[in-house]
Amino acid sequence: MSYISLSDKDKKEMLEKIGVSSLDELYGCLPDDVRLRRPLRLPPALTEPELLRRFEELAAANAYPDYLSFLGAGVYRHFIPSVVDYLSSRGEFITPYTPYQPEVSQGTLQIIFEYQTLICQLTGMDVSNASLYDGASAAAEAVLMASRLNGKPKILVSRSLHPQYRETIRTYIKNLGVRIEEVGYSAGGGIDLDDLGRKLDKETGAVLVQSPNFFGVVEDLGRIGEFAHSHQALFIVTVAEAISLGVLEAPGKFGADIVCGEAQSFGLAPSFGGPYLGFMGSKKEHLRQLPGRITGQTTDIDGRRGFVLTLSTREQHIRREKATSNICTNQAWCALRATIFLETLGHDGLREMAVQNMQKSDYAADILGRIKGVKKIFGGRFFNEFVLEFSEDVQEINDFLKEKGMVGGLNLGRLYPELRSAALFCVTEAHTKEDIDRLAGHLEEALR
Amino acid sequence: MIREPLIFEISDKGKRAFSCPKLDVPEKKDILKGLPVRAGIPDFPRVSEVEIVRHFTRLSQQNYCVDIGFYPLGSCTMKYNPKINEKVAALPGFLLSHPLATEDLVQGNLEVIKLLEDYLCEIAGMDAFTLQPAAGAQGELAGMMLIRACLEEMGNPRKFVLIPDSAHGTNPSSAHLCGYAVEETKSNEDGTVDLEDLTKRMNEDVAALMLTNPNTLGVFEYDIKKIARIVHAKGGFLYMDGANMNALTGRCRPGDMEVDVIHLNLHKTFSTPHGGGGPGSGPVGVKKALEPYLPIPRVEKKGGAYALNFNRPKTIGRVRGFYGNYLVVVKALAYILSLGPEGLKEIAEIAVLNANYIRKSLEKEYDLKYTTPTLHECVFSDKLQKEFGVSNLDIAKRLIDYGVHPPTMSFPLIVHGALMIEPTETESKRDLDGFIEAMKKIAQETRENPGVLKSAPHFSPVRRLDETTAARHPAVKWERER
Repeated sequence: MSYISLSDKDKKEMLEKIGVSSLDELYGCLPDDVRLRRPLRLPPALTEPELLRRFEELAAANAYPDYLSFLGAGVYRHFIPSVVDYLSSRGEFITPYTPYQPEVSQGTLQIIFEYQTLICQLTGMDVSNASLYDGASAAAEAVLMASRLNGKPKILVSRSLHPQYRETIRTYIKNLGVRIEEVGYSAGGGIDLDDLGRKLDKETGAVLVQSPNFFGVVEDLGRIGEFAHSHQALFIVTVAEAISLGVLEAPGKFGADIVCGEAQSFGLAPSFGGPYLGFMGSKKEHLRQLPGRITGQTTDIDGRRGFVLTLSTREQHIRREKATSNICTNQAWCALRATIFLETLGHDGLREMAVQNMQKSDYAADILGRIKGVKKIFGGRFFNEFVLEFSEDVQEINDFLKEKGMVGGLNLGRLYPELRSAALFCVTEAHTKEDIDRLAGHLEEALR
Repeated sequence: MIREPLIFEISDKGKRAFSCPKLDVPEKKDILKGLPVRAGIPDFPRVSEVEIVRHFTRLSQQNYCVDIGFYPLGSCTMKYNPKINEKVAALPGFLLSHPLATEDLVQGNLEVIKLLEDYLCEIAGMDAFTLQPAAGAQGELAGMMLIRACLEEMGNPRKFVLIPDSAHGTNPSSAHLCGYAVEETKSNEDGTVDLEDLTKRMNEDVAALMLTNPNTLGVFEYDIKKIARIVHAKGGFLYMDGANMNALTGRCRPGDMEVDVIHLNLHKTFSTPHGGGGPGSGPVGVKKALEPYLPIPRVEKKGGAYALNFNRPKTIGRVRGFYGNYLVVVKALAYILSLGPEGLKEIAEIAVLNANYIRKSLEKEYDLKYTTPTLHECVFSDKLQKEFGVSNLDIAKRLIDYGVHPPTMSFPLIVHGALMIEPTETESKRDLDGFIEAMKKIAQETRENPGVLKSAPHFSPVRRLDETTAARHPAVKWERER
């Protein structure tokens, strides 16, 4: 296939205009010893029908979408209203660049402004940026922001923070004189407040917790925030399952200084890990330390309301090595989808969806927990995920479920050696009672 | 023109666009009891589906985009985004795949990743690629971390990174985030790296040179091999920003230029759409020596099946969750497979032809600070127009009236009042001529009626916006008036 729009005549005329006789001549500026003198070793070009067939085959080599899946752990399957796909697939949304020219980008800019407003409403923060790459890198950016704000070298993170978020934070801070220390979890599955109290000291710049945490447990944000603030540390809350914000109190209400997280749940499919949507909001006084793009309201010369990218003196294209972050391209189209998703669900729909996640996962935890050889560990209240411990090897159970066309819970053994016979299950509103009952039936068989 | 209201301004109680199905499990009445539950979300939208559809459709009509017309935004490679790539990336097998499913359940996805890594290795002449970085800037960060990790293992991470004064702003920012101090190297009169200055600055404290090639002027660094030798002689690494790879595919390979690390932008060279500012994807390619440090996990083929390898003791770790912006990866693979080797060579050649055609057609009207031959883009300045009080910003805003997107203006910093024009290969001669005609008219207006430029644009949904007030008194969200 080719996407070139020049005819042979066009090419000839253009070469003549330039004053060269061939395309080769245009590459005269390439030294001889770097020229590639053979064709690239790639498969021959495919036509559109062939391409479609090739990718249908690749997609068919996955168990999805046929398998019934109970995986969550930072990636959630929720219903996506048709208008989200319909509207977000418009070329006017897919094919522009970052809105550097506001006069011809008011669509994107107004949508980011609405997105920032929605994130503030959901998190209880004063200000929000336009998006970050994903939840893991947003947590890393939050840690860097905290370190810019108070310059302290130690960051406490809960062990019930998503393991990949912890790994990403470690990578980001490695060369910047900041270190993280982990705080354990208690029998309830929430952060161990005694351990937190012991580890908080003068050097602690921030306490970062995830809620609902990696085990699905809703953290006591009020208490944790008090602990952090009593040591002049910043309080950072990360939310990996953003649907929970539809019913749980906004982290801002508990004194969070920065709220960040993953908004994949807002209209983005699991997509084998991306593209997703990192979000971040903060208190107003920290606005100028936020990383990434920010859209602001202003007026044009005729006095009409309009929107522009603003506070760019924080950013790399102005400040270069002194920028608050190196981020340039972010996840604007994902933020668009989140905006359409949230505005479509609306005030009541979002809450209903959130509550159904709780109802269905509660039902599932209840019936699964009663199966012989299964025990629900962690007593804390949870949102839509819970940890089950099995009397038999998790992998064997999952292999059994696989034969029945099911993807079981996430085997926690590799991530938490102490939970080696446990698995993390996720049940959302997208699961039916029949799905849950089928899982229960097969688990019973597997453990018989 | 009436401005589209914010959704919050048309929201009202009693309207809705979505309902959950009736709960099919036994309802637990006290499910919320004892939890920190919010009373509601003040001012959260309540609108109908029709209102949603019209709101976003009208907003979309206030965006300029590649599907509408010419978008010569330099260094951004705003080429046409093939629609079949969107279609294949939306196949349910990809879309619904959970990234934590065991390998045997996602063999198709792993094959996609491995194929693209292999093809990028061939295109860029590198030994290994990671697809994890979410965008170019994250690729830069990951790439610099690989260099640092390797130097650390050899005993000294070093202190400085050299970056030419023509570079994109993310380069110094990424180097800094990796713990390095940045030192600028000068450009010579050709707009390329000044070898003497580089030799002077290159020493055992320098970890790497970050170089864009062709550089931001569109000029190929003719002395690239000499540059590599100077850097390597002192034990440093040559990092290449591959943002401008669209000039080179099938013609030459960074790996053959002795580049040690490169990041590519799938949303530039490989046609994946920019989405109004992302998602992008910034794969990083390395030579063998740096391969052990790549982010985890790595996709490997073992006994006929694809597997994920997490056990890599020298890895820098991960720079984000999972395996990158996967669906963007799918689209880029589709693009490469649809073009094949000849097609990939052709895109570079035609991109270069188009850029040189524009350059030749406008060189009388606009100043070219550097007259060195260029490849896929050309950088004019507003020097000739400045005499009439007209700046590059005025020219850009006037172009909007002529129905094309303005060029890049914020860099390179070595050209004051820059107009960086990158037409890409997908444009028709008619569109190129339309742009050239508009630029010529603007040059004429500059001389005859500069006022019309100063007050441009005249025909856009809003006119010139007050960016100073926006930054001085930031209003970054909607609030109900009290």
